[in-house]
Amino acid sequence: MKTVVRLRVNGDEVEVWVPVHKTLLEVLREDLQLTGTKHGCELGECGTCTVLLDGQPVLSCLVLPIEVQGQEIVTIEGVAAGSELHALQAAFAELGAAQCGYCTPGMILTALALLRTNPAPTRQEVKEALAGNLCRCTGYLKILDAVARAAASLKDGSSYGG
Amino acid sequence: MAADDYTLIGRPIPARVDGAGKVTGLTRYADDLFPARLLYGKLLRSPYPHARILRIDTCKAAALPGVKAVITGADLPRPFSIMPVNQDEHALAIDKVRYVGEPVAAVAAVDEETAEAALHLIEVAYEPLPPVMSIEEALAQPDNRIHTYNRVGNVHRVVALEFGDVEAGFAEADYIREDTFFFQGNTHLPMEQHAAVAHCTPDGQITLWSATQTPHYVHRALAAVLDIPPSRIRVIATPVGGGFGGKSDPFAHEFCAVKLSMLTGRPVKICLTREEVFYAHRGRHPVLMWIRTGVKRNGAITAMHFKSFIDGGAYSSYGVATTYYTGALQTVTYRVPNYRFEGLRVFTNKPPCGPKRGHGTPQPRYALEVHLDKIAEDLGLDPVQIRRPHLAKPFSMTVNHLRITSCALDECLDAVVKRSEFLQKHRRLPFGKGVGLACSAYLSGAGLPIYWNEMPHSGVTLQLDRSGSVCVFCGAVDIGQGSDSVLAFTVAEELGIDPRDVRLVTADTGITPVDLGSYSSRVTFMAGNAAIVAARQLRERLFAAVAEHWGIPARHLRAAQGRIFAVTDPSRSMPFAEAVQRAEAKFGTLSASGSYTPPPLAGKYKGHGVGPSPAYSYTAAVAQVDVDPDTGWVTVEKVWIAHDIGKALNPYLVEGQIEGSVYMALGEVLMEEQVFRRGVHKFPSMLEYKSPTFLEMPEVETILIESLDPEGPYGAKEAGQGPLLPVIPAVANAVYDAIGVRLDEIPITPEKVLKGLELRAKGQVARLGPRGIPAFAFPPPRCVEVPEEWLVHLPDAKTRRP
Repeated sequence: MKTVVRLRVNGDEVEVWVPVHKTLLEVLREDLQLTGTKHGCELGECGTCTVLLDGQPVLSCLVLPIEVQGQEIVTIEGVAAGSELHALQAAFAELGAAQCGYCTPGMILTALALLRTNPAPTRQEVKEALAGNLCRCTGYLKILDAVARAAASLKDGSSYGG
Repeated sequence: MAADDYTLIGRPIPARVDGAGKVTGLTRYADDLFPARLLYGKLLRSPYPHARILRIDTCKAAALPGVKAVITGADLPRPFSIMPVNQDEHALAIDKVRYVGEPVAAVAAVDEETAEAALHLIEVAYEPLPPVMSIEEALAQPDNRIHTYNRVGNVHRVVALEFGDVEAGFAEADYIREDTFFFQGNTHLPMEQHAAVAHCTPDGQITLWSATQTPHYVHRALAAVLDIPPSRIRVIATPVGGGFGGKSDPFAHEFCAVKLSMLTGRPVKICLTREEVFYAHRGRHPVLMWIRTGVKRNGAITAMHFKSFIDGGAYSSYGVATTYYTGALQTVTYRVPNYRFEGLRVFTNKPPCGPKRGHGTPQPRYALEVHLDKIAEDLGLDPVQIRRPHLAKPFSMTVNHLRITSCALDECLDAVVKRSEFLQKHRRLPFGKGVGLACSAYLSGAGLPIYWNEMPHSGVTLQLDRSGSVCVFCGAVDIGQGSDSVLAFTVAEELGIDPRDVRLVTADTGITPVDLGSYSSRVTFMAGNAAIVAARQLRERLFAAVAEHWGIPARHLRAAQGRIFAVTDPSRSMPFAEAVQRAEAKFGTLSASGSYTPPPLAGKYKGHGVGPSPAYSYTAAVAQVDVDPDTGWVTVEKVWIAHDIGKALNPYLVEGQIEGSVYMALGEVLMEEQVFRRGVHKFPSMLEYKSPTFLEMPEVETILIESLDPEGPYGAKEAGQGPLLPVIPAVANAVYDAIGVRLDEIPITPEKVLKGLELRAKGQVARLGPRGIPAFAFPPPRCVEVPEEWLVHLPDAKTRRP
């Protein structure tokens, strides 16, 4: 059974005609061409498909679009301001916190949600907030460094640029 | 140091050229490709570990609306394998299945759901056979054969080699010790599931986009299996979302996507589910090991005898190389004067094992380093004393004819011992806390290609544009290690330009010169050298044109900061783009190629093709652990690791590789295991296959030691695999230091720790591990003479500088 779903994604109102059981992850990637959202298991185990729903990180592989109509969805494509990278993106890029880059969108969005509620997290708080996102390349350390650098630069008042 | 002359090399500049794409979601991985009229492919997989296929009926599936094609083994009858010997795989099983998850049929349909529904309509009649699930079972059931092409039973490969006189060496020893160890198999678990998109167009051209580490080998395999001239096939490796060796074989889904596209004339995508990735596997081999070493009272090794029993899974894959690798590098770390190696790989009914980070060397490294720790304790030596007398020496030959060039293992050892205060802590921390030490070596690229040929291992072509931009063409594939960045930085360094003025076209067999692939830690070393050669040719032509224009000798020119300067008159300079235009006017369209072929390093005895490398990296590590005696949980508090990198081309990238290696090692030593129950994978999911999260990852203190290798680009050696090796035994040794229990079996789970503590409390031998090795009569070893002289004279590192 298909249905019309109205979503608000990265500030845009969009309408899609999709099977009711199609996940938000699939709709973002296949119907809205927002392929920056990745999948690692499609079972809610790895954190790779994280997007923000009203500012909260959620696993888009476990969300049905019809449940989230009217809520604000942010994907990795909605993080930069035009062509200017967000401080988190700049820090990830500069420090090599993205190696293969596959877990990176989910990491950045989870970190973004953290920094909005806790602008100066301790290293332990960052670890706890990101513990649901797996990365196989970095050993996580450069990611922790990148979040710390972004938090510092955000404190200095610039959310964009690095 | 002259290294200060570099602008980009060795500098902590932003780490990567592909960073912006990866942090914004713009980077397109294989599954992000959605060509017009795309069909979705799915594979039907065997539910039996070992069974005969009696019949397959695809009629109902083919009749399902939306299904465009269905294929079985009969449609792809030609065999393949990554190694030229033992071509024992088929894209889809023929006659027999050999593991749960082996593909038997494939469909292409208008969407994934239809394809999935079609799989349920394929009827396969199986006749189950008893499965062979372990090394012991494989040897005990020679008549229950998984394959019939191998000579006997389920033995895939047997190796027996002897260097020097091992019996004489043992006779000289003051002390001899024997130990057995088991290293359980584990898998790569890349975050990206394997995916491929194939498109066969009406002009007969085939393009495959695939998440592969080895597009060149996939290209060759596609041509062979599909029986199509390779000139009509183009393989493009998309950015790989994690490989670690797991995407180095040609895979069923790649052949099937191409075949289904040929049949339908439409692009076909197959993306594996996470469960299927566990079946694709090619991961760490389970290895049972026995080691016997003779030493003098001061710890000096007089002889070593090493046996490995390797569980290969259902197919050969890289297994012949793996078998040799379990015996090759022991001697590259320590000077062993007399050495015997016996290795045996068996077939079992499990997903095939293959190369995972460190390929065949982490298992023996774990065994050897724990074994040395035990010998040290027996002799009353500390773990540093037992290693120091026989550390590998720079510019020497090993007893098994491996040429060592630069080597700073002694400095690595000193650095970690000092920084971790190892000697002040060892045997002195309170119960539950401990430190452990280990050393290792690894290759910077295999000295030989996978199929025999005399062509270069890596090629780079550069093309200059009048705008001053440079386009780099190279077959190398970036799997996250940063090979694109290394290429861009190298070319920019040589031409004195901004790396942002360098464009890259990589990993496209239709366009780029061959690079053999991202395996054996070879890319920086080989593609880096090729890029230097190409860039210097171009620079020479630019200088010739500028020198003519200014009427000064070309040797007075330098390229830096986007300009060409006269060193004799710094006020005289011209923009790089202008130099390009003058050179183009003089020489015509500007391009240049460079290539790299390793020096001849092999050929003295059969089996010597595995192990030689143009240079070896060296690593030493100390781990500090806290073991909770109530839960058995091992917390790694900190790892100190010193790595002889030769030259760190980009410190961020190198540290990233080392930290990632430490992480992966900790997963292997403490929790990761690919295990089976009645032929079925116990937990093919990311939730139950335990891997470390942010919370289990300790701080890592990385120390880079630069030994400037004469053969490496700017002196560089590898960093992607070697640093994994010492961490596993360092943790095992630290656990012993903490609780007095020997865990001679990996992984060290809380359950095993508690069992060990229980044995210890009862006053029994506090050890968990294999009791022995199977009775297997290895053939008499092939005896190889010791190299005439251990010291080899090579040009001083400085002579290679630009």
